[in-house]
Amino acid sequence: MIARLRVFAKEAGVPRLLIAAFVVVLFAVAVVTKMNVPGLVTDSIVRVARNGILVLALLPAIQGGVGLNFGLPVGILCGLIGCVLALNWGVHGIAGIALATALGVAFAIPAGIGYGWLLNRTRGQEMMVGTYLGFAVVSGMSIFWLVAPFHNPTLVWAIGGKGLRTTLALTGIFDRVLDKWLAFTVAGVTIPTGALLVFFGLCWAVAWFFRTQMGITIAAARSNPRFARAAGISDQRTRIQATVFSTVLGAVGIVVYSQSFGFVQLYTAPLLMAFPAIACILIGGATVTRATVTHVIIGTLLFQSILTIALPVTSQVIQGDISETARLIIQNGMILYALTRLGSAK
Amino acid sequence: MSAGGGGVRSGRGGGAGGRAGGGGIVKQLGRHAVPLLFAALCLFGIVAAKITPTFLLGEMSIRVGRNSVLVLSLLIPILAGLGLNFGIVIGAMAGQIAAILAVHWGFHGIGGFGFAMLIATPVAILFGWATGSLYNKAKGREMVSGLIAGFFANGLYQLLFLFAIGTIIPFHNPEMLLPQGFGLRNTVDLTPIQYAVDDLVKWRVPLQGTMLRVPIASYAVVAAFCALTLFFFRTRLGQQFRAMGQDPHVAAIAGIPVERNRLIATILSTILAAWGQLLFLQNIGTVNTYNSHEQVGMFAIAALLVSGATVTKATVGQALLGTILFHTLFVVSPLAGKALAGDAQIGEFFRVFVAYAVITIALVLHAWQSAKREKEAAA
Repeated sequence: MIARLRVFAKEAGVPRLLIAAFVVVLFAVAVVTKMNVPGLVTDSIVRVARNGILVLALLPAIQGGVGLNFGLPVGILCGLIGCVLALNWGVHGIAGIALATALGVAFAIPAGIGYGWLLNRTRGQEMMVGTYLGFAVVSGMSIFWLVAPFHNPTLVWAIGGKGLRTTLALTGIFDRVLDKWLAFTVAGVTIPTGALLVFFGLCWAVAWFFRTQMGITIAAARSNPRFARAAGISDQRTRIQATVFSTVLGAVGIVVYSQSFGFVQLYTAPLLMAFPAIACILIGGATVTRATVTHVIIGTLLFQSILTIALPVTSQVIQGDISETARLIIQNGMILYALTRLGSAK
Repeated sequence: MSAGGGGVRSGRGGGAGGRAGGGGIVKQLGRHAVPLLFAALCLFGIVAAKITPTFLLGEMSIRVGRNSVLVLSLLIPILAGLGLNFGIVIGAMAGQIAAILAVHWGFHGIGGFGFAMLIATPVAILFGWATGSLYNKAKGREMVSGLIAGFFANGLYQLLFLFAIGTIIPFHNPEMLLPQGFGLRNTVDLTPIQYAVDDLVKWRVPLQGTMLRVPIASYAVVAAFCALTLFFFRTRLGQQFRAMGQDPHVAAIAGIPVERNRLIATILSTILAAWGQLLFLQNIGTVNTYNSHEQVGMFAIAALLVSGATVTKATVGQALLGTILFHTLFVVSPLAGKALAGDAQIGEFFRVFVAYAVITIALVLHAWQSAKREKEAAA
């Protein structure tokens, strides 16, 4: 029995068990102190649907051998351009989301090819290059948002008449369109059916993709580049495919995120978005070299639940907002753990 | 590897020089493309914003004094082959903790500064040891680990100063605590130790009607640290670091305790960063408790890299040149943005963009070269 427990603990990983225990404790405290538990569960589910696709976006990069895609903001920015264009043209409702997504994907493909090309030339340092490429692109795009020729009065600053606003409200445009679609309430818990369907649908699509010829090729080139080369597969090519796939999902992810959040956040908002997403997939049990859709779903559920309920629960015990601090520690502690577990390079 | 550090640029310059008929000057220009480009950018900004030399000199005399040591703290890990130490953020935290304690206990003036340095040292050794152990566990990924370690440490730092102080840790100083009775205020006043070093030797130069503060003692401190770093490079340990930087495997076979030395390099860097942050804070005079340290790493690293230094090769001269160039751009950029586009915000975004872009390019060049070298080694 103990041996089996030990095997289980080893497979699941100590940090993941600790975090799962933490979630259970937080919920227990919430129940004991008679908090609005259905409300907390609702919020947790909403946030899973909101952030899920951004976490899923990391999967192709890991499976393709590129490692943790710290350059996720590259894809996020493509999606944001899509959102801004859709808003600028005044496309409402589900059509607006579809247009924003389509445009985002259209930008993400060439962006992903360029990013993948760069990662191929910087092997062994993909994570660092990705991080700083992401930072540079976000700050470069900040200048773009400021000088881009948008004149729609609902988007630009009222004073001066130019430069996009920091946050663009989606109220009445496509605010929570997916979240509300087919939404229903069970025992006080509201399920954002549409957004969840999109998330699980994409999860299924990604899982299916890695069973197709192309997906199998990508994963094979990652797990054994030499063998793959002998079989006539160029891992240069598959790595670019994986990066493009990851970037495209990043673009889709931010559109879904924005509609759920109710705002499109520009300028420095995307700067650090890769880090919580990476923490999610790692908490789910992924490593730098291997990830599955299950890891994505479990990780997102655990980490987003903590983020959602830590603040209301701890604020009953401690004054002040400790949740942001806890987020920093858990998120980056998890990434550090993963980085040290990889063993030495080479 | 040291030759490889400048290899790409000298290679490119060489190519261009070859076409120009093997001119030595073109080759030289190619080798110094990065700092030259940056100097041109600064010059363009200065002209565009019509910045007077007086203003610039005034700003730079302060900035060089307060930022150089932080940039110098990056050199030793580069020598030892650890790359850019993004973990100096953690050293800066040690400095900040010491500054806050020194002021809390009522120390002031140069004595207070000295006391802060004294407390900062063991804290920095501890932090440096932790960071170094992490680097030893994540070989080949020191930079990304250092970056994330900085974020992680920031979480622990917040936990300490936002929640533990005044509750678990007995600390009763209403002037420093938040109104709720625990947690440090967002800004802590460091007036007691402000200008402790800068004004140790008071020197004012009248410059077009204003009295320019010349922090001559701070320059002496910077010069001392430059000399110490140069001296260290020549010691036995310094030579061991150099050997490790060139080839860790060969160094290990030659009997150099690589892991131990990597730890020492990180600790030294962390201590220097802590002292550098103290020097920075005594000039500024206040601590933004929760974000003074956050961008230390990024700015110091960008400053070092604009001088043409690389992930594997950096000199003391480059650290100083880079500090001057980067901070010139830092001062000029918002003003130029305002003059050119009527918006200082553009200039502010631009300088952040430049900092990130410079680091990205340096990382890409470094990774590009290592990948190429590996391919050559395999072939």
